[in-house]
Amino acid sequence: MHTKTEETYFHHALKVLDEVCIGCTHCMSVCPTGAIRILDGRAQIKEGRCIDCGECYKACPVHAIIVEQDDFEEILEYKVRVALVPSVLIGQFPGKIPASGIYSATNELGFTHVYEVESTVGYIHSAYDNEKQKNKNRPLISSFCPAVVRLIQVRFPSLIGNIIGVKPPIDISALYHRRQLQAEGYQDKDIGIFYVTPCAAKIAAVKSPVGEERSPVDGVINMKFMYNRILQILQKHPDLGQNAMDTGHVAADGILWCLTRGEIAGRNGRALAIDGIHNVSEFLEKLENEETDRIDFLELRACDESCAGGILISGNRFLTVERLNKRAAGYRHQELKPDWQILNREDISLDTIRPRPMERLDNDISKALAKMERKRRLMCYLPAFDCGACGAPTCQALAEDIVQGHAQVSSCIFMQQMMVKTKTLSVEHALAITAKIWGENRLDKDCSKSGAEDENS
Amino acid sequence: MHLKYKIAGGDFSNAGNAASSVKKILKQLNIAPLTAKRIVVALYEGEVNIVAHAWSGIINVTIDSERIAIVLDDAGPGISDIEQAMQEGFSTAGPRVREMGFGAGMGLPNMKKNTDSMTISSVPGRGTKVELVNYLDKNAY
Repeated sequence: MHTKTEETYFHHALKVLDEVCIGCTHCMSVCPTGAIRILDGRAQIKEGRCIDCGECYKACPVHAIIVEQDDFEEILEYKVRVALVPSVLIGQFPGKIPASGIYSATNELGFTHVYEVESTVGYIHSAYDNEKQKNKNRPLISSFCPAVVRLIQVRFPSLIGNIIGVKPPIDISALYHRRQLQAEGYQDKDIGIFYVTPCAAKIAAVKSPVGEERSPVDGVINMKFMYNRILQILQKHPDLGQNAMDTGHVAADGILWCLTRGEIAGRNGRALAIDGIHNVSEFLEKLENEETDRIDFLELRACDESCAGGILISGNRFLTVERLNKRAAGYRHQELKPDWQILNREDISLDTIRPRPMERLDNDISKALAKMERKRRLMCYLPAFDCGACGAPTCQALAEDIVQGHAQVSSCIFMQQMMVKTKTLSVEHALAITAKIWGENRLDKDCSKSGAEDENS
Repeated sequence: MHLKYKIAGGDFSNAGNAASSVKKILKQLNIAPLTAKRIVVALYEGEVNIVAHAWSGIINVTIDSERIAIVLDDAGPGISDIEQAMQEGFSTAGPRVREMGFGAGMGLPNMKKNTDSMTISSVPGRGTKVELVNYLDKNAY
């Protein structure tokens, strides 16, 4: 199990492949926390700011951003190999492939047990009602999406108290099934629980958990990898699972849980569902100013169409939503009733979530004020085009980097021109600065670029 | 540090811009979240008051390492009885405005609740000046 705590270590699942990165600005301009800079012609992710939302992964034109994952062979270290699958896994396959076929193929891959993550949402319904009495902050914000929890930690620390103190389904299900298997006589050390993830944020959540000491999940499998392997198996054995019943204990509301509005379906009071990280940021800004009338519950998801829009989902997100809606509509399984003998209230509640404020210029307010004044003075000169040619996403980000000692005024190409004109900077020096940011020979002719004469050769 | 915001009366769609801008700055200055929140909530109320009641206004914000002082100075109808205006629930809003959810009479009391000191002076027919002071908690985290 992973025991690294948030104080000592931030794990990020998104990495830049230096040899593939072409040093464009696509990722930098979409990052919701301003975590990316370009240096030496490559994108660099600032670890303290990254929330693993995956916007950069979606924006990268050359697939230079990758999601780090566990080696699949790791499952073989355990006697009992559990695949914990979210309902979106099913949603991306064509409708004629039954869920039972997909689960049978998962068994073929080497898993001894396949459980649906959302089988334990019964616990969450009950815990939410309990939490509503305990936590008087409003709105209560769902803890479901780890990218949103991290966004609140770094950009909206004053709202941390609004995050609902209940673990997300992934943790509750992992604990539940581990306890069940132990009750069946299996040794704890022999049980390996592997979560099949639709996104990078869930990997980060397992590797460096927030609000719990360690994750009950042993490893994470990339859903793209699973999708490909399952399809390979089903091509060889098209009859797999055809006659079996749709397995599992997940009820209709569980199937829809990870989709937009899935969590607010059963909530009393005034509840809103917002998806897309930029939409979420915009709303949290309003909430922080108390510009909103009393709202009881917020379901916030980083991805457009929630988990159906996860970066590791192979299918189209709208078709995935359609299939899951159909599956839920024709589904008669009973919800798994919470058994408080197996998990108690403490097992499913989150510990304190700590702020990770990244916007501060300095811990010392006098120093922060001095830096702020210098930043505002710099903004009188920087052009405010937000072109990104300095390697920072906006002029304000550059001004901040300058006051923090990470960049110079001459990093700005427009400032360079003014300095060359007033003879305070030589043309050679200006080109050297550009080469430092964008890499040597970056301005040489290169016809292999996308859209150029030889783009595909 | 000094910040200045011009507020246009009746421009509800931009009400809150000064509060958002100050909030961003307070975060960068590492002010404790709850202290910052009180300041921003009080400022937002004051900003909305100018938009709702006055013709125009100017907000001056001065921040040093000890405290933040906000002066909201408007050209507007003014307040004839300040003591009455400070009472919770008192409002000059008519029933139709109240039906729309405005004019609950909580604006000024809420500003007072969220500041360490608040003074109001007003000349009826000319305008109102509200001065807010909050002391900054240095041990933010």
